Amino acid sequence: MAIHLTAPLDESVVRSLRAGDAVLLSGTVYTARDAAHLRMLDCLENGEPLPFDPEGQVIYYAGPTPTPPGRAIGSIGPTTSVRMDAATPTLLAHGLRGMIGKGLRGEAVIEAMKRHGAVYFAAVGGAAALMAGCVRSCEVIAWDDLGPESVKKLEIEDLPLITAIDAEGRNAFDEGQAAYLASVSASRKNDCEVRL
Amino acid sequence: MREITAAAVTETVAALCTEANVLLPPDVEEAMARACREEPWKPAADLLRILRDNADIARRERMPICQDTGMAVIFADVGQELHIAGDFAAAVNEGVRRGYVDGLLRKSVVGDPLRRVNTGDNTPAILHTRLVSGDRLTLTVAPKGFGSENMSRLKMLTPAQGVQGVKDFVTETVRLAGANPCPPMVLGVGIGGDFEGVAELAKRALMLPLDGHHEDPFYADLERELLELANATGIGPQGFGGRTTCIGLRILTLPTHIAGLPVAVNVSCHVTRHRTAVL
Repeated sequence: MAIHLTAPLDESVVRSLRAGDAVLLSGTVYTARDAAHLRMLDCLENGEPLPFDPEGQVIYYAGPTPTPPGRAIGSIGPTTSVRMDAATPTLLAHGLRGMIGKGLRGEAVIEAMKRHGAVYFAAVGGAAALMAGCVRSCEVIAWDDLGPESVKKLEIEDLPLITAIDAEGRNAFDEGQAAYLASVSASRKNDCEVRL
Repeated sequence: MREITAAAVTETVAALCTEANVLLPPDVEEAMARACREEPWKPAADLLRILRDNADIARRERMPICQDTGMAVIFADVGQELHIAGDFAAAVNEGVRRGYVDGLLRKSVVGDPLRRVNTGDNTPAILHTRLVSGDRLTLTVAPKGFGSENMSRLKMLTPAQGVQGVKDFVTETVRLAGANPCPPMVLGVGIGGDFEGVAELAKRALMLPLDGHHEDPFYADLERELLELANATGIGPQGFGGRTTCIGLRILTLPTHIAGLPVAVNVSCHVTRHRTAVL
């Protein structure tokens, strides 16, 4: 059964999640991808405020398609998270509690997640028309000049996610692949025994 | 000499951009349906079903299948007996502009690779033009997402590395790509030619039907074997484990130099989009 959560997230809730847990996330999340991360780092370096206070918040690495008339948002799915790795430990140190993206993260990010108590969720890459149905509203809050890369505030409802890396640093990619491969070698072993 | 107008080119490209982004090619859809039927690992099968549902919603609601509506890669085969009245490249780019602006597709192109300002209309396109016999113009629009493009690789192997070298390189590319290119992947493999030629071959291989095979049985067997190797990695849908790491792999080859064995792997995803029209 999926765990229902509402963002922003408490550290205790985040620390209770385990890699592989299915989550349905509601509440407020902020989109930011490559260009917005670079600008956020510039803000911090220059002592300027960020577009939103990261404390307890969740960033969704995503750039949606333009919003069609009568809809809340266009198609929206995750982009590859590892490209944001250089900026992530800094944001985690400023209280960022969760991230949504796709693919594995680097060691420095995982260490910072463990230290600060943060979670990394995977959304289903390429299921963007389906996930548009989980977004109730979308508002550009900073850097409109970046187009699809602007920072957007999204109100979401039951966005289906997988806890990809938990606050203990366990990751569902390695665990899932190992479990599948173990099932394959187990069934091969059974086949051999049947033949013998 | 037969003549068509640049305006007809623009109109066709615009329509192809929009259609390609909301409708999966039938062979890709069939490959996904087959993967759903045959995936033995339940979490993987569940993910594959979500991806199929997504493609259904996109078709029904005319929404882009993926938010990365790609760089517009365009293959144009121009018949040498055909005259195109007007500026061809400008007409293609105007088609991309209209397709992406009017079709509410994402504008994912920056005008300069280092200074990175979004062009706002997804132009310019990547345009590959070939002169062919006849009096027709064949246009293929292939929007290419960069989650998978970024995982693509090229290597100049030595002749001594041979077919084993190609197998190792393709498998290594799949492993390095892992969860990043939104598996299940589609792989276009180019072998031979020269440095820039092999990369284009790999991209063209992505346009080939996934339910077909190379006409040379040697390469048809290699397509099957490489696909099996990719699916033995256990990466699975979205990288969470399973058999379905790759739903299709096609090879294109070119003659090459006595000193070389270029190989390129263009990684694509379950949203491998391309649409063709003949004018």
